[in-house]
Amino acid sequence: MARHDYDTIVIGGGHNGLVCAAYLAKAGQKVLVLERRHVLGGAAVSEELYPGFTYSVCSYVVSLLRPWIIRDLQLPRFGLDLIPLESSFLPLPDGRSLCRWSDAERTRDEVSAFSRHDAEVMGDFSKAMSQIGRFVRPIIDTPAPEPASWNPKEVLSLLRLGQHFTDATVDQMELRLKLLTMSAVDYLDEWFESEALKAPMSVSGIIGTFLGVRSPGTAYVLLHHYMGEIDGAFRSWGFQRGGTGGVSNACGNAARHFGAEIRTEAPVARIRVQDGKATGVVLENGDELSARNVVSGCDPRRTFMGFVGAEHLPEDFVEGLSRYRFRGSSGKVNLALDRLPEFACRPGAEHLRGDIAIAPSIDYLERAYDEAKYGDFSRRPYINVVIPSLVDPTVAPPGKHVMSCFVQYAPYEIKEGPEHWPERREAFGETVIDTLEEYIPNLRETILHKQVLSPWDIEQEFGLAEGNIFHGELTLDQLAFQRPTAGWARYRTPVRNLWLGSSGAHPGGGLMGAPGALCAKAMLGQLGAPLEQGVSS
Amino acid sequence: MPRPTPLHPRTKELCTSLAYKEWAGCYAVCRYDTYHDREYYALRHQATLMDATPLYKYEVRGPHAAELLSRVTVRDYRRHAVGRVSYVCWCDEHGKVLDDGTATRLDDDHFRFTSAEPALSWLEQHARGLDVVVEDTSRELAALALQGPLSRDVLRPLVGAGLDELRFFRALPVSFDVEGGKVEGLVTRTGYTGDLGYELWMRNDDALAVYDAVLESGKPLGLLPMGLDALDVSRVEAGFLLNGVDYSSSRSAFIERQKSTPFELGFDWMVQLEREPFVGQAALRAERERGPQRKLVGLVVDWDEFEAIYESFGLPPHLTAETCREGAPLYEHGSQVGYATSRTWSPLLKQYLALGHVEARLARPGTRLEIEVTCEYERHRAGAVVTATPFFDPERKKA
Repeated sequence: MARHDYDTIVIGGGHNGLVCAAYLAKAGQKVLVLERRHVLGGAAVSEELYPGFTYSVCSYVVSLLRPWIIRDLQLPRFGLDLIPLESSFLPLPDGRSLCRWSDAERTRDEVSAFSRHDAEVMGDFSKAMSQIGRFVRPIIDTPAPEPASWNPKEVLSLLRLGQHFTDATVDQMELRLKLLTMSAVDYLDEWFESEALKAPMSVSGIIGTFLGVRSPGTAYVLLHHYMGEIDGAFRSWGFQRGGTGGVSNACGNAARHFGAEIRTEAPVARIRVQDGKATGVVLENGDELSARNVVSGCDPRRTFMGFVGAEHLPEDFVEGLSRYRFRGSSGKVNLALDRLPEFACRPGAEHLRGDIAIAPSIDYLERAYDEAKYGDFSRRPYINVVIPSLVDPTVAPPGKHVMSCFVQYAPYEIKEGPEHWPERREAFGETVIDTLEEYIPNLRETILHKQVLSPWDIEQEFGLAEGNIFHGELTLDQLAFQRPTAGWARYRTPVRNLWLGSSGAHPGGGLMGAPGALCAKAMLGQLGAPLEQGVSS
Repeated sequence: MPRPTPLHPRTKELCTSLAYKEWAGCYAVCRYDTYHDREYYALRHQATLMDATPLYKYEVRGPHAAELLSRVTVRDYRRHAVGRVSYVCWCDEHGKVLDDGTATRLDDDHFRFTSAEPALSWLEQHARGLDVVVEDTSRELAALALQGPLSRDVLRPLVGAGLDELRFFRALPVSFDVEGGKVEGLVTRTGYTGDLGYELWMRNDDALAVYDAVLESGKPLGLLPMGLDALDVSRVEAGFLLNGVDYSSSRSAFIERQKSTPFELGFDWMVQLEREPFVGQAALRAERERGPQRKLVGLVVDWDEFEAIYESFGLPPHLTAETCREGAPLYEHGSQVGYATSRTWSPLLKQYLALGHVEARLARPGTRLEIEVTCEYERHRAGAVVTATPFFDPERKKA
């Protein structure tokens, strides 16, 4: 075999690419990471776009970063520093509000003002969800099973998964099946009566998908997000000190510590493929670098259609990929504020230290979806607001604040066509601020700087196809052994020696690191189940 | 009944949990809020302020002050420069540890000595024939622990830029800029959290003014008052021992095996043997010759195995949020080889940490032992790997 410049080249210095690189370097490989932009992080990035204010430009909370990755890579040593979110606040247009605290008794008090019944069953709900979480967790911490395989180890791993079902009581099994098929709202309806509880909770079922809270299948996505909250004492929803980019930098520092080389402003033009085998990459500046393996930390479309090309891929794979849905549905508005915003319904700051949901009712959310279905952004969108400067003074000057607003729905496919987003961007930003002003009067006059990102912008700037924050919707048909396409969920690809280690691979998106880590483990032959060259059916 | 410290009027207002415990005869806040995690995170991300007044404090004055401390502790203080602070332990005549604390050289003939247990009679007993006076200032001096990455920024406006020159384990006499004037006191760059931090010393009467000034200065930086629960988590992360938990004072131990030598506790680095006589010297020489039988080590519990035990019962893993001070046996190949003393979940490291005593041959980092885990009232074992302490050692601590 010819000598290679590197054992592995990782394309994309997002958190998954960096985690993958760190694992490979730790195992002794000579690794190079190539990042197109001038900063590491991909969508997990912090940038000072206005002097003194650091935005977590895209990804703004850390929920699911796997604790085993934190331990394996010693990330706290390299700068990982997570501050937990303390509460979830829901302001309502009628002047009422509901804050859910980490203190269960305090939350119960608040909920009883809306419904004594709901206050009473909240504990049961949490218990049921944590039992379900136990069932789902092994799925996200191990590679996807290959259901079509007759390899005994595969069958065993499927059986183990099945056992989680068969060990369950009838009640538990029913609950699990419901979660896999129902809508978020239907599922929550079974538990709660008050909108103030259900509306903000149901939203977890639609984040990053082009579905409504009443669309079937969204209950599972709700669980995917709920995972971040399940383990009580080990509560993991949080802010990274200094901004989300710190998570990526910690992964990058770990990778460097273990010997990986990282180059920024090194955009890749294509992956070199010879005889169905990846042999290296060609940079946009014409440089060619050879490697025994190439890992893509980018989404499946960019990886295969952009870097590889359909001519090197089997038809059915190209076909599968064309059906893989991205459908970005969200945008982001980041604000630098002169002072702390004051909510009319509840002045003060204590309840603003966690996340704040603009989700006053289920109908509101469903209406927001209606507009998106017909190719427009929501006139009154769901907004998830965080003010990290309240708990992390390093991201804004004293007394000033940064406010991050995740906004859904902002469909990539607006009726004018996605390329017309730049013309609609300003109006979109104004809509978000108008919506917020219904709760925070005079917000506009405190804004020192504003960054508005449409899904189009997210695609252009961060390379996420159609601006989908998860590298493809997190819906049941695009998860596990079907992510990104059936038969290719094990990080291998139809191109030999090319691997997919991004959120477009199992177990999917979110600042989790699992796809990158599991990809590295697959490459190193460290996974329990044997490695197969794709589907064996 | 415990007595209030001079800071009590203020901490009482802030302590909404009403969770107190007794510390050296004083009321001490466990946590201000229902849970201590906010305080813990404030410590590791911003800054916290804790009332450390219950510490025992002694002023050792006279031409022979350094001689006295050299005579009663394992360190030789005669060459310590003015302004130097040191961590130290002291032993009985059999070389068994009595207590640990700090000594700060304030002047050629003046040290401030702190301890976890009363030490006046011990000091006085060994002062015979020396020109030295020991004054118990435990009830006259207040102490505040200001700790965390932003603690320097919180303190600087009160004491001036001289703070930036203050090195790790050094003391700086200051006047605190407080409302209505200046207050004399001392700042030492010390602490029990393993983070960047300072301890502030002042007279009781001035304590509230300094406390208020620190809180005020810390407000925009996210400073929170902190209680003992968060401290207890951070001190395990830092690998610090607690008298009465991780070892027993030879004074309170009933039987020999409950006592420890400095070598067993990992205090080797501070024991200065070859010098004029000090209490326990002969026994410690012999111990060094022999080598300690046990060693206090850090341990990281194998989380996968810990989780698997709970999983086998159909339960999610469970740990108390507070540091657990109940011992747990440690095993090697099924035989007991020691015991863990303090155990805590580190929210920062996502690791289950422990401190424990093991047979000396097993003290090397990387050694794999097992720790007893009780789940559903059944005894199980999970792996635990000997790990060098501090578990968490940020650069900012000494920078």
